[in-house]
Parts: sequence; structure tokens; C-alpha cells
Amino acid sequence: MTTKTYEKYYVPAQSPWPIVGAIALFCIAFGAGHFVIDISKQQSGFGGYLLLAGFAILVFMLVGWFRNVIDESMSGLYSNQMDRSFRQGMSWFIVSEVMFFMAFFGALFYGRMIAMQWLGGSSNNAMTFELLWPNFEPVWPLVKTPGGIETQAMPWTGLPLINTAILVISSVTLHFAHTGLEQQKRGQLKLMLLLTLLLGATFLGLQVYEYIHAYRDLGLRLDSGFYGNTFFLLTGFHGLHVTLGAIILLFVFFRVLKGHFTPEKHFAFQAAAWYWHFVDVVWICLFVIVYIL
Amino acid sequence: MSVVITEPNDHEQHDHEHEHHDHKPAGIKRWLYTTNHKDIGTMYLVFALIMFFIGGAMAMVIRLELFQPGMQFVEPHFFNQMTTVHGLIMVFGAVMPAFTGLANWMIPMMIGAPDMALPRMNNWSFWILPFAFLILLLSLFMPGGGPSFGWTFYAPLSTTYSGDSTALFVFSVHIMGISSIMGAINVIVTIWNMRAPGMTWMKMPLFVWTWFITAFLLIMVMPVLAGVVTMVLTDKYFGTSFFDAAGGGDPVLFQHIFWFFGHPEVYIMILPAFGIVSAIIPTFARKRLFGYASMVYATASIAILSFLVWAHHMFTTGMPVFATLFFMYATMLIAVPTGVKVFNWVATMWRGAMTFEVPMMFALAFIVLFTIGGFSGLMLAITPADFQYHDTYFVVAHFHYVLVTGAIFSIVAAVYYWLPKWTGNMYDETLGQWHFWCSLISVNMLFFPMHFVGLAGMPRRIPDYALQFADFNAFISIGGFLFGLSQLIFVWVLIKCARGGVKATDQVWEGAEGLEWEVPSPAPYHTFETPPVIK
Amino acid sequence: MPLNMTKGVTEISQEVYSLHMLIFWICCVIGAVVFGIMFVSILLHRKSRGVQPAQFHESTKIEILWTAIPVVILIGMAIPASKTLIAMDDTSAADVTVQITGSQWKWHYKYLGSDLEYFSVLATPREQISNKFDKGENYLLEVDRPLVIPTGQKIRLLMTSDDVIHSWWVPAFAIKKDANPGFINEAWTRVDEPGIYRGQCAELCGKDHAYMPVVVVAKSPEDYAAWKLAEETRIAEAKAAEQELLAMNMDMSELMDNGERTYIAYCAACHQPNGAGLPGIFPALAGSDLILNDKTAHIDIVLNGKSGTAMQAFGRQLSLKELASVLTYTRNAWGNDTGDAIQAADVYKVQQGEGE
Ligand code: HEA
Ligand code: HEA
Ligand code: CUA
Ligand SMILES: [Cu+2]
Repeated sequence: MTTKTYEKYYVPAQSPWPIVGAIALFCIAFGAGHFVIDISKQQSGFGGYLLLAGFAILVFMLVGWFRNVIDESMSGLYSNQMDRSFRQGMSWFIVSEVMFFMAFFGALFYGRMIAMQWLGGSSNNAMTFELLWPNFEPVWPLVKTPGGIETQAMPWTGLPLINTAILVISSVTLHFAHTGLEQQKRGQLKLMLLLTLLLGATFLGLQVYEYIHAYRDLGLRLDSGFYGNTFFLLTGFHGLHVTLGAIILLFVFFRVLKGHFTPEKHFAFQAAAWYWHFVDVVWICLFVIVYIL
Repeated sequence: MSVVITEPNDHEQHDHEHEHHDHKPAGIKRWLYTTNHKDIGTMYLVFALIMFFIGGAMAMVIRLELFQPGMQFVEPHFFNQMTTVHGLIMVFGAVMPAFTGLANWMIPMMIGAPDMALPRMNNWSFWILPFAFLILLLSLFMPGGGPSFGWTFYAPLSTTYSGDSTALFVFSVHIMGISSIMGAINVIVTIWNMRAPGMTWMKMPLFVWTWFITAFLLIMVMPVLAGVVTMVLTDKYFGTSFFDAAGGGDPVLFQHIFWFFGHPEVYIMILPAFGIVSAIIPTFARKRLFGYASMVYATASIAILSFLVWAHHMFTTGMPVFATLFFMYATMLIAVPTGVKVFNWVATMWRGAMTFEVPMMFALAFIVLFTIGGFSGLMLAITPADFQYHDTYFVVAHFHYVLVTGAIFSIVAAVYYWLPKWTGNMYDETLGQWHFWCSLISVNMLFFPMHFVGLAGMPRRIPDYALQFADFNAFISIGGFLFGLSQLIFVWVLIKCARGGVKATDQVWEGAEGLEWEVPSPAPYHTFETPPVIK
Repeated sequence: MPLNMTKGVTEISQEVYSLHMLIFWICCVIGAVVFGIMFVSILLHRKSRGVQPAQFHESTKIEILWTAIPVVILIGMAIPASKTLIAMDDTSAADVTVQITGSQWKWHYKYLGSDLEYFSVLATPREQISNKFDKGENYLLEVDRPLVIPTGQKIRLLMTSDDVIHSWWVPAFAIKKDANPGFINEAWTRVDEPGIYRGQCAELCGKDHAYMPVVVVAKSPEDYAAWKLAEETRIAEAKAAEQELLAMNMDMSELMDNGERTYIAYCAACHQPNGAGLPGIFPALAGSDLILNDKTAHIDIVLNGKSGTAMQAFGRQLSLKELASVLTYTRNAWGNDTGDAIQAADVYKVQQGEGE
């Protein structure tokens, strides 16, 4: 034991950012709550402003916090052990994100394989169909709800297919950026990272376009029954995650331009890349389950 | 080599570097800006105690109204808010933060780590909580009141038919969830990555093990809770129909998602308790814990099984019979690993040399009373019988046995057990014994008769009841008030101990083993900057 | 108060009772053994008796043993439980089928294959609840019209709901089944003894969840047939009377009297006896914009409810006379001095979609 030396584990002494972050979340939660209530009652109130203020504080906090972290990292305070802490923390965060999506995929599965079938009279629900919804046809996509809302289904060919290709390619380019980083090819790193960002942005643009198309031409809306709900919430939350991932990559890109990261130490890059790949995998599940099947 | 505590960017802190590293920052900033696991642990614990009192005060309103049949003090609508917020506060505001506080204080010390793995995030996790509960409590003052749909917020009562404040409820649950997830990540990473050399997995104290597994549960289910409250939000405010048959949804879908979270959640509230009891019993029996390895496997089995039993809360919802049977069998199975734990504790005591200080008393009461709660749980698992028990006071009796005499008693035991290590002073043993005996008697007056009231047919969540239940309810309420008053003794003990008392030795308890007993009492602000040597 | 689960009056409920007792005794025995050993240990193995702690701390054999024994016990419990459960599930070959619909806060019973249907509402007077009168024997467990079933026959119950989830529970039959909006759950019972059986709504369904009792009267098949015939005639007559009513005009004071009664019975739970509502959940009727300025909309909302809110469609629940009265009442009470008298014919017109 005595012959072995241990690396130091850096424990920051004090930091104002956590409390600022907590205040930010308070403003966001309290603001968003009031904002939603305000819109539902078509009144105006402080909710929206508080929400915006919350986001502003959050950004301020993130910038400050990350600046500290980057400075500490650049001044060599972080040991390998700390690097592992960060990596593990990030992995578990992604696991929690996966579970968040699971809730919605689970709902989709249940709505489609169970609730819809029961409304159509299967299992122990023959009377549900006979007495309550005698005109209901249980077909997926649910283009006509039991209550009679009609809509059209979103085909998987065309835009969604293109979008899938875009995201998959972006994952590949990001991978090459990573190899570039590991092999000290900064040019490749920069180029590939930029390409990834552009692909991400294109994806988002096309997604917005698809939403407009859904609302305007297909009559597929958030409130058009279970199909619309799951379609918009799943793709919507995915879109939010892509946005977030792209913002993180953007910061990483700036740091790359500033010459940060070494082949041995590049946790921030790694985390951003993991996140991006995760978002990509979610999309593939989405594409198969929501669009194709 | 030792750890250098530095803050290169903060010039205010600059001179601290050269001072003795045990120096604590002073004033309010110490608490707001802290990254110290002990400070954060203390804040969690104090917060949990305050929440326990607020939630308890609401329980007192419930018991006051139920003292007699007829409407006495509060309106039914307000009564429902009290029930709901009582449940929410006790679960998310009292028990969970108290366990997180204990984790913060003890895990780094138990595994020989200098601090938690991600100290700043640790502080963030804590400070979210007061704000989250502030939002929840403020919503009670909105027109139409706060949430009134039970802590389980079943749709569509919580969607189409709920009050205006529902959005606030949803977002406050969201940020509570963020806090729990970050807390859980911190625990896992700390345990995985920060053990002192030689602290192998199977040498870790059971409290560390149980928390490690609990943290997994948290990471797996808190996001699902976030998902389901989001669906409630969109169903109520944005026209989706997840829980509305007319749009192709199903109100029972809500219950599936909620209980997929909810059942593991109840084990989140009991696994750390198992860890605490597994620490206390060997200490006061002066004998090693019996069956350490089987304890670890049992905990893991309970955690895994907990994902397969959620629908035992939904036996009356009309699931197909094969699904019901599956969930009944899976639920019954949980009795097996839990039984192993109980038997191991008893075997640890067997032929030990026991003494009965307050932590031991609470731990012993835990074993008996938790097991009684477990037995009623097993009865609830028997589906045909559950049709009679479901949503009656029998269920209320069950879960207060596992939560109050289970989770809360274990937390109290833990506080008495480690208080000398935290403050450096021994608590007042006489007062502590008073606290124990008053609590023990009154808590059974409070919750034991609920079994009978439930069997006789009193539904839960009602402010008014048929005449036959009157005598029992009056008795229960008296037990409730006495239990509440008994907790004032606890506060007295805490304050007294924090202010001074007989100096505690480093080992504190004669039979105590583990790294936390090798550091001085009170534990220095920073421990194990050099990893300790594990025997 | 009985100190144990009711045995009930059906074969199933007796089986459930014996299951309950079986598990109960098993738990008692296990408890006695475990706590017994623990207390012996507490008595004998205490330091004050000068004992030295033993050193043993594991034994794979024992661990396996006390894993296996509970498994065996559990299997012993699971077998009878599964049998009972499967028996409860079989709703086929029923003699009478009743559709039960819960809504905030009353039950609706509809005998399938017959015109017979009616609401069943709490009959305990508000004064008893607010402690102004002494409480009666069946305080909170009494309704205006109970569900009536014949003895000795298999009754199939179809549960659903119009708004939130309710749960129909009669302990004596060991039936507790959720009434989910938009879905139908099934249960069945066969009662052998005539009698009155009381239960309650068992799922939190909002403010007046405590005030939603279930009362079932089991009558011999002959009495049941007689009752059913009488009810069917009563309903047919009431329908005929409605038609006559369309041609009649009631005077203001009759409308107001009648209306107040109906209002207290059906509306006051939410909108409050003084019409002030509960801010944030139930809108006020006193000074309501809709009542004062849009008569047709007023009639319409009472008839058809407002989707997405707790406001129910009362057109299905109340007679034309009651509707007319309660509309008149709400238009003229608490300073809503519109002076309008709404007649059955006015309501009928809106109901038929003619408007004004
Ligand atoms: C800490 C919290 C906690 C814990 C540990 C448990 C533990 C258990 N619970 Fe409980 N439960 C709750 C908290 C908890 N519960 C809450 C809060 C609710 C209500 C939620 C709501 O609706 O608001 C609830 C409701 C609830 C229900 C639904 C009731 C209903 O609404 O109808 C059921 C049904 O199966 C159930 C079962 C069980 C079982 C089988 C266990 C088992 O884990 C118990 C295992 C333990 C033992 C059995 C004792 C020790 C074992 C032995 C000594 C071995 C030998 C024993 C035998 C072989 C018999 N619980
Ligand atoms: C860990 C969780 C926890 C804890 C600790 C408690 C603690 C208590 N609970 Fe419970 N309870 C729940 C979790 C918990 N509860 C849940 C989840 C529900 C379900 C909610 C739902 O249906 O949605 C519930 C529901 C519930 C009900 C059923 C309500 C209903 O169905 O309508 C009742 C009724 O008696 C009750 C009572 C109590 C009492 C008397 C205590 C006591 O132990 C509290 C003791 C503490 C104090 C009293 C505070 C400290 C002392 C003072 C403030 C001093 C002043 C004292 C006096 C004035 C006497 N609780
Ligand atoms: Cu209806 Cu409770
Ligand atoms: Cu459970």
C-alpha cells in the first residue's frame, strides 16, 4: 500500500453556481406553471416573463459554471479519477434520459397494443366496444379516434427517411471528428465537427418543416387523438434533445477552435459525442416505431 | 500525497489555501456556496425535518377532521388538499431528502473518500428542493387551492377535473425529479469511483450497498415520473388524450406509468432503511452482521423484483386475469428476499451481547413493526382479498407501518446513531429513551386500529364517515396527536446535543466498526484527503 | 364495529374471507416464531448478563433453508388465491345485467334489455352532515333509490363512468371494481339472502367522494319482478306526463320552489348553495355572464354539459320539469334578477336542437 501514490481528487472549495442554478430552476418551474395557467385561461400574467428570466439565469449559470470547470481543467487540476467521475456521471445521466423516453414509448406501446384493442372490443372489453364505442375501428395509425376526431397519418418515406439519413451521417461525421481528435488531426476534427453541426441544424429545419406540413396539410395535430399525441410528444422531445445536443456541440466546437482538448483528456468532447449518439439512437427507434410500424 | 483544496479563480478564497484545510467558510455563504458533503448532508437533514413537521401538521388537520363524523373543521375540498400534500411532502420532502442527507454525510466517510464525486452538483441537487416545495406549498394559496387528487394524482381527476394550480404541481414535481436524479448520479459515481484502495465491493458497509442500489432505482424511475406528469400537463392544458378514451387513450394507462415509478419508489424509501438497521444491529449486538453476502443479494433481488410488481396497486382496475395473476405472484415473491433480511437481523442478535441505547431501540422496533407492515403488504398482494382491502384504511395502515415505523424510525435511529459523530457530543440518553417509548406507544395507537377500521369497510381519502367508525377514529386521532407531540422531544434532543453535552469518543459505540468511527468526533470538515488503509 | 372483514353473503365473499383468514394466520405464526426468537435473544443475550458475543456470521445452509421455506408457504397461499380469482372473473351466463355508471357524485343504474334506469343519490340530509341534526343510523350509507337485484340469480354488473374514476364497492359481495370513463369493467354476483347491503365509492373522485354510497337491495325473484314492473310503469307514466307538461305553464313560485330543491340536490355540491362557486374550480352562477346574457347557452350548458370540465350533461339526469325549474331558479336567485320563467317547452325546444 505505502509504495503506491494516489492522485489528488480536486474538491472545489466553494461555488456560487449551484444556488444560482437552483434559483433559475425555481423561476423556470414557477414561471412555466403560471405561464401555462395563463394561456389556458387566456389571461396575461407574469408567468412568461418569469420563465424567460429563469432561462436567462440558467444560461448565465451554465456559462459561469462551465467557465470555472474549463479553467480548472486547463490548469490541470483534474486527475484521471475525476475524469472517470465525469464520464460515469454523464453515462448515468444518459440512462435517465433513456428512461424518460421509455415512458413515452411505453405509452405508445400501451395505447396501440392494449387501449386501442380494448376500445375495439378485444380481451375482457367486449362490452366497452358494444355499449360505448360501437362505431370504432381499431386500426393503427389511429386516424379516427373513438370520439370521432379525424386526421391523416405521417408517411415514413420522404422527409422522415431523409432526416434519418441526415442524423445517421451526422453520427458518423462526429465519430470521425473524434478519431481526428485522438490522432491529433485538428483539421479533420474541426471540419467533421462543423459538418455534424450543419447536419444537425438541417435536421431541425426539416423537422420544423414537417410539423408545418402535418398541421397544414394532414390535419395531424397535437390534439388529434392518441396518434397525434404520441407523434408530437416523441418527435418533439427528440427535437428538443437534438437542439440541446447541437448547442453543446457548438460550445465544444468553440473550444476546439481555441485549441482545447488533448487525445488523452477531452471529457467535454466525449460527453457531447455520447449525447449526440444517444439522440441519434432515439431517433432510429422513433423512426422504426413511430413512423414505419 | 494529500489533496489540495484550491479555488484558482476565486480570489476571495485565495488566502484560505494556505491555512489549515479544516477551515470552514463562515456565514450564510458557507451554506449557499458549499461543496462540502457534510454541510450538504446537514442541510438535507434539517430540510427533511422541517418538511416532516409541515407534512405532520397536515396529518394533524386530517386527524382533527376525522376525530368525529360530520364536517367539523375543514371543507372536503381542503381535506383532499391536505391528504394529497401530506402524502407528497412526506414522501418527496421528508423521507427521500432525509436518506439523501444521510448518504451525503456517511457514504464518503464509509468508503474513505474525500467528498462526493461531484461536489458542486451535489449542492445544486439540494438547493432545488426548498424551491420545489415552496412552489408546491404556494399553490395551496391559489384560488381553487393546491393539488387535491391524492399523491397518486390519477387521471382524469388530475387532468380534466383538477383545479387551476395543477401546472404548478407538475413543474414542482419536475424539479424535484431533477434533484433526485442528480443526487442519485452523485451517489453511484461516488461509490463506483471513489472507494479507498482496498475497499472492495464486498467490503462496503451495507448502508453503502443499499444506497447504491437505491440510486439505481432512482435513475430508472424518476424520469418515468417526469414523463407521466408531462402527460398530465399536456392532457390538461394542450388537448392531448393520453388518458382519455375518446381520443384513443386510457385512464388506466396513467396508473401503469405512475406505478411503474411508484412501486420502486416505495423501495427507494425502504432500502436505505435496511442499510441503517444492518449497521446498528451488529454494533449493539457486538457481533458481526449475519449473512453479509446474502444481504447484498437480497437487496438486489428486491430492487429487480420491484420493477415487476407495479400493477398490484391496480387490481381493481379490470386488468385481464392472466396479468393480475402475474402481478400477484411477483408481488408475493418479494416477501422472500425481505424475509432473508429479517432473519439475518435476528440471527445477528442471536448470541450477541446486546445493549439497548436509543438507536438500538428504534432499530428493534423497526424490525418488528416493519415486518408487521410487510405482513399486511403480503395480505394486500393476495388479489381476491385485495378487492376488499383496496382503498380502505387497511392500506393506510399498511403503508404507515412500512413508512412511519419503517422509514421514519430507521431515519431516527440513524440520527441517534451518528449524531455523536456529527456533533462530537453524546445526545441525552434519558430524553432519547422518552422519545422512543412515547413514539412507540403512540404510533401503534395511531396506526394499529386503522387495520380494523379498514377491514370494517372505511374507505381512505374521505373527510366524513359512517357512524360505526366513530370510536375507533377518535382513538386513532388521539394516538396521532400524541405521536406528533412526541416528536417535539426529538427536536429537543437534537438542539440539546448540537449545543453541547458529554464529549463523544472517536469510536462512540463500543461495538462500532467501520471507517466512520476511525475519524475524530466531531468528524473534521474534510476527511480522508489521504485515502485510509483498509484492513 | 366488526373487528374483521365481513364474511359477506355470497359464495365468493366467503371464499375471500377464508383466504383473508388463511393469510392472516400464516402471518401470525411466522410473526410469532420470528419475534419469539428475537425476544428470547433480547432477554438472554444481553451484555448486562455478562455474556460474550459469539463469532459465527454466516451459514449457507441456513440461508437456503429460510429462502426455501417461505417459497413453499407462498405457493400454498397462491393456489387458493388463484382459484378464487379465476372464479371471480367468469361473468358468462348471467340472468340479469345491469350497467352501472358513476359520475360526480352519484350512481346510475341501467337494466339492460329494459327501459328501466335511474340515478341513485345520497339521501342523508345536508343538515346531518353539518351537524345541525342528529345523525341517523345509516348516516352516509343511504340513497334515494337503491339498486335492486333478485336473489339466487347470477347478476352481471357492467361498470363505467361519465367523468373521473369511481369504484363500486359492496363489501358483502366482495366486489370492488373501478368504473373507468370510456371503458367497461365487468363483475358478477349471486346473492342468496334477501337484504339491504351497503357500500361506498372507493376511488377518490373529487370533493364529495365521501358522499357517494352504494346501496343494494336483494329481493326474492317474485318481489323483484313486482318491483321491476312497478318501476317500469312509473317510468312510462313519467314520460307521458312530460309530454303533457310541454303544453302547460308553471307559475313562477312553483318553478322557484321546485328549482331550489333541484339545485340543492344536484348543483349545490359544486356551485355552492349561495351560487358563489369555488373560485378556481367551480365557476360562480351568481352574476354569471352566461346566465345573464345568453339564455340559450344557459339552457344548453345545463342540458349538454361542457366537455373538458366537471360540468355534466343534466339533460340525461333530470326531468323536463326539474330542468325548467332549476334553470328558472338559477336565473332569478342570488340577485340574478332576469325575471325569466323557463318552461318545460323552452327546454324541450333546445333539447331538440331548435333553439329560440
Ligand atoms: C416503504 C414503503 C413500502 C414497503 C416496503 C412496502 C412493501 C410491500 N407492499 Fe406496500 N405500499 C406502500 C409502501 C410500501 N409497501 C404504499 C405507500 C402503498 C400505498 C400507495 C397508495 O395507494 O397511496 C402500498 C400499497 C401496497 C399495495 C396496494 C394496496 C392497494 O391499494 O390495494 C400492495 C398490494 O400488493 C402492497 C404490497 C406490498 C408488499 C407485498 C410488500 C413487501 O415488500 C413486504 C415484504 C415484507 C414481509 C412479508 C415481511 C418480512 C418477511 C418475513 C418475515 C418472511 C416470511 C414471510 C412470509 C412468507 C409471509 N403495498
Ligand atoms: C413517509 C411518509 C408518511 C409519514 C411519515 C406519514 C405520517 C403520518 N400520516 Fe400519512 N400518509 C402518507 C405518508 C406518510 N404519512 C401517504 C403517502 C398518504 C396517502 C396520501 C394520499 O392518499 O394521497 C398518507 C395518508 C394519511 C392518512 C389518510 C388520509 C386519507 O386517506 O384521507 C392519514 C390519516 O390519518 C395519515 C396520517 C398520518 C399521521 C397522523 C402521521 C404522523 O406520523 C405524523 C406525525 C408528525 C407530526 C404530527 C409532526 C410533528 C409534530 C408537530 C408539528 C408538533 C405539533 C403536534 C400536534 C399539534 C399534536 N396519513
Ligand atoms: Cu366516486 Cu369516489
Ligand atoms: Cu407497491
